Amino acid sequence: MRVALIDYGAGNLHSCGKALERALAANGQAGTVAVGADPAVIASADAIVLPGDGAFKDCRDELRSAPGVEEALHDAVRVKGRPFLGICVGMQLLADIGEERGETAGLGWIPGRVVALDPAERHLKVPHMGWNTLESRGSHPVLRDVPFGAGALHAYFLHSFHLLPKHADDLLAVADYGGPVSAIVGRENIVGTQFHPEKSQGLGLRLLQNFLAWRP
Amino acid sequence: MSLKVRVIPCLDVKDGRVVKGVQFVDLVDAGDPVESAKAYDAAGADELCFLDITASHENRGTILDVVRRTAENCFMPVTVGGGVRAVEDIRALMLAGADKVSINTAAVKDRAIVGRAAEKFGAQAIVVAIDAKKVSEPGESERWEIFTHGGRNRTGIDAIAYAREVADLGAGEILLTSMDRDGTKAGFDLALTRAIAEAVTIPVVASGGVGTLDHLVDGIKVGKASAVLAASIFHFGTFTIGEAKNHMARAGLPVRLDGIAG
Repeated sequence: MRVALIDYGAGNLHSCGKALERALAANGQAGTVAVGADPAVIASADAIVLPGDGAFKDCRDELRSAPGVEEALHDAVRVKGRPFLGICVGMQLLADIGEERGETAGLGWIPGRVVALDPAERHLKVPHMGWNTLESRGSHPVLRDVPFGAGALHAYFLHSFHLLPKHADDLLAVADYGGPVSAIVGRENIVGTQFHPEKSQGLGLRLLQNFLAWRP
Repeated sequence: MSLKVRVIPCLDVKDGRVVKGVQFVDLVDAGDPVESAKAYDAAGADELCFLDITASHENRGTILDVVRRTAENCFMPVTVGGGVRAVEDIRALMLAGADKVSINTAAVKDRAIVGRAAEKFGAQAIVVAIDAKKVSEPGESERWEIFTHGGRNRTGIDAIAYAREVADLGAGEILLTSMDRDGTKAGFDLALTRAIAEAVTIPVVASGGVGTLDHLVDGIKVGKASAVLAASIFHFGTFTIGEAKNHMARAGLPVRLDGIAG
């Protein structure tokens, strides 16, 4: 199993790479994680992970300026249907439009917009920063055995914006922060998490294991 | 609301080594920041803070190696501060694996760095560290000012106005240290913490003065902080992270107890 972890200068690659290797081992899968931006590596990958830390527009610009990467991603993900995981801003980039510091076009793979968090309770602070529990909104292979509910394990969030999918079916899990916050989205062979599975310990490991075992 | 309040141990790192070693666990090398990070990760800390106090410019790269090895060896969120002067310093720390970077003196000197950094890395990654000291006389209404150089240099800048300003510029969090309380074990300056927390809509981390577990509870309940940071009570084994969190849970605070024995 070859996993491509995309390095476009805007993601926490060290933690992601190690977490993916740990998930492969936990699944008993022989595999390697290739970190880079080589279109040939993307083309030959069995699964693709796009991390992302930063402002939407900055990440979008970095991705666009990596030679051949968007074309290779489009071919592997949209044409060949390889499983794809976007993390944090890597998930937000899946939307049509991001609203952080002006409107920026995203990849448009999951119809929807990335909008500012606006918790209903005024005392709640933004960014949504720290550990929160998840509620399931659907069934999906990557959700299998992920601990949901108030008494379950936590996921680590660090964001001021979230992806609101146009189609309700694309929203797989939410966190509660003065209203629902999009936590996991999915459509066809594409999934994304707003939280950081590579920082989310047991819950994150389970989700990464499911993703790596997924054959959409 | 199910977001939890955070408990954050802080490690002072100089030339790539922990200055005050963690003493509550049997570490192979108590001076290795990565060993300490792994111990805190296993103990259930919600985040870790590295404060780089390396004095010489030539050794500034040592913190990058510490952050990189920490990111590779444990899966806990990490904030790094100390000596951050320019956007390039932030980029280097982020690429090494820091989740958040805190800016202190550089922002006091030039507020614009906060806006530039937030535009590049997103507000969620940019912490402004505020070192404040009370300047009002007894009987006056309370006022605090920003101090630099470990509390020696008074800047004349009002702490509350400054907090509002950096939040408006795009800071995602404030790490607030009371220089009056730091190292005293007398508890947070709760009036200061509350004044800042109520002045801004971003999270505030309370720091400086923790000596008991009730101090942690007060920082959240009275000070209205979103997180509490402490160093010596954890390093010297006075309390474990688990004891701190269980105490906070018994006081009715929402804490993450994943993997912590009740």
